Amino acid sequence: MKQLEYPYDSDFILRKKKAIKRELLAREGIQYVEKKIAILGGSTTSDIKQILELFLLNYGIRPEFFESEYNKYFEDAVFGNPELDEFAPDLVFVHTTTRNIARFPAVTDSPEQIDVLIEETMGRFEQIWGALAERYKCTVIQNNFEQPFYRLLGNSDFTNIHGRLNFINRLNDRFCAYAQSHRNFFINDINYISAVYGIKKWADPGDWYRYKYALSVSAIPDFAFNLAHIIKAVYGKNKKAFALDMDNTLWGGIVGDDGPENIKIGHEDAESELFTEFQQYIKAHKDLGILLTVASKNDEENALAGLARPDSTLKQDDFLIIKANWDNKDINIANTAKEINIGADSFVFVDDNPVERALVENQIPGISVPEVGAPETYIDILDSNGFFEVTGISEEDIKRSGMYKANMERAKASAQFTNYDEYLKSLEMTAEIKPFAPVYMARIAELTNKSNQFNLTTKRCSQADIEKIATDPKYITLYGRLEDKFGDNGVVAVAFGHEEDFGKDKFFHIDLWLMSCRVLKRGMEFAMMDELISEAKSRNITKIKGYYLPTAKNKMVKDFYGLQGFEKIREMEDGTSEWLLDLDKPHKSGNVAIKVN
Amino acid sequence: MTREEIYGKLNEVFQDVFDDEDITVNDSTVAADVDGWDSLEHINLIVAVERCFGIKFTMGETTGLKNVGEMVDRIIAHLG
Repeated sequence: MKQLEYPYDSDFILRKKKAIKRELLAREGIQYVEKKIAILGGSTTSDIKQILELFLLNYGIRPEFFESEYNKYFEDAVFGNPELDEFAPDLVFVHTTTRNIARFPAVTDSPEQIDVLIEETMGRFEQIWGALAERYKCTVIQNNFEQPFYRLLGNSDFTNIHGRLNFINRLNDRFCAYAQSHRNFFINDINYISAVYGIKKWADPGDWYRYKYALSVSAIPDFAFNLAHIIKAVYGKNKKAFALDMDNTLWGGIVGDDGPENIKIGHEDAESELFTEFQQYIKAHKDLGILLTVASKNDEENALAGLARPDSTLKQDDFLIIKANWDNKDINIANTAKEINIGADSFVFVDDNPVERALVENQIPGISVPEVGAPETYIDILDSNGFFEVTGISEEDIKRSGMYKANMERAKASAQFTNYDEYLKSLEMTAEIKPFAPVYMARIAELTNKSNQFNLTTKRCSQADIEKIATDPKYITLYGRLEDKFGDNGVVAVAFGHEEDFGKDKFFHIDLWLMSCRVLKRGMEFAMMDELISEAKSRNITKIKGYYLPTAKNKMVKDFYGLQGFEKIREMEDGTSEWLLDLDKPHKSGNVAIKVN
Repeated sequence: MTREEIYGKLNEVFQDVFDDEDITVNDSTVAADVDGWDSLEHINLIVAVERCFGIKFTMGETTGLKNVGEMVDRIIAHLG
């Protein structure tokens, strides 16, 4: 589909993505390859998935997606995830960016400390890649790092070891070395794509803080297109051959009219130099195994005379087949395809003439006919379309030198977590768990309205409700804010309930308990319960009652109170359950790794 | 651009983003009125509106919008 070929209109794709998808799926006679693609994200991936799907459908690949929970790429990769196991991905894409770098060098760090930091960061990624390779034995695509949008050290950010840019460049070198020495592992070069897009426009802090998109939403089509190139190359959807026009495509002028001595090629003037660079670009494809053919409306004699010029980079020998005649070009290309026994749809047809392009495009389904524009844009438009994306690394190309061995040893030596608690401890988590405070009222109300999954009663509250509860002495309120070595997660947990005198007992009813899914499996719910119990005891409360009200979305917390050491005292037919914790009995804390207050 | 003209273009954006040619919005339209207008589609909506009018909302402007009327107020302010 033309709208999905470079130069495409990113705004159009973003705005019309649903209509485009409908149109793609409505095409007839497309034989799709079906692939399962897991996206493990260190930031929001929703639109990346949707736009990637469009480009893949256009390439004849029908993807089924698995998306990790927000920022759960490390956990899913290293510790596994039953859902992901069941999904059995054909390909895993790890979407991390410079936003996911846990620590950058401090200006006070010594060179040795920075070396350690590099090893730590690499160790983490190598652990991901190693675990994925072992568990799924599938293709892995990993982003490298984009350059930061600010430079604390100015130009020295590049050269000084304390510079973020210096640090990122070192990491990118290491990613490169890993890719060179591992099969089925590819780098999605966002360092390049973001530079093309404009580093400052790419890093849109507004989109990061509002939506947790690590790149500007407007840049997603460029990002997804680049990623799609690798995927389609892996699944054999690359183009195989060029069909090239000659006059005003390979040289300036018309060889039949102007004579071979007057066409623009060589180094005599600007136009000639421009066409020479283009010929060099085309010729370089030969070494990649791309077949060069000609489809030109010319007398063959004139066509060959053009190529015979001593300053023509492309020679007759460079072409597998030359069709220079007056037949329609679609017929010539179809015949060429038959002669070399490849599909006509595996050609890229390059012609400066829009009429010829339209004809060929209409007559040969699946052929690529880029809108090459003026001669000075030929290279960019061919290149940016990634028709021949290179992924295959032949045996000889794999560098088995010291690098491979050294990497293996580093991976072994770097911190490897043998159990989950150890991993949790490595996160260096600290929590602030306190009664509702004025500064967080809006966030607390928002969480009660947005959280669906980790939410025991799904009680929705306005900010006014929250403020009222906070001042009521009958209530215990708690918010939890969690920080770890990667940053501050903000307020992620909320609980409140009320006291009730009941004979000699003093009961406490938990009215609301929720947690943001971005901190699942961190033990935050246990740290919260510890604080609740300690506050309840200080109020001489003897029993705590918890309630689970089932909804379509909160199954994950069905046994929440059981895990917290409560006893189930009632369960209704609709799944609603009541739980009791007797504070006179000892309670074992489930929190292993979070330092509180 | 008059408010009416803005609504003309805005309706097209809504129709494209939510893939429903029958959508028309007005000052009092809120997210709950439009099928599929959740937090993720909101992002696309904002980007499409920005591109359509050639403006860029500040971060603060896009998080507190109460209804479409307020969005149009912001668009008018940007178009100056």
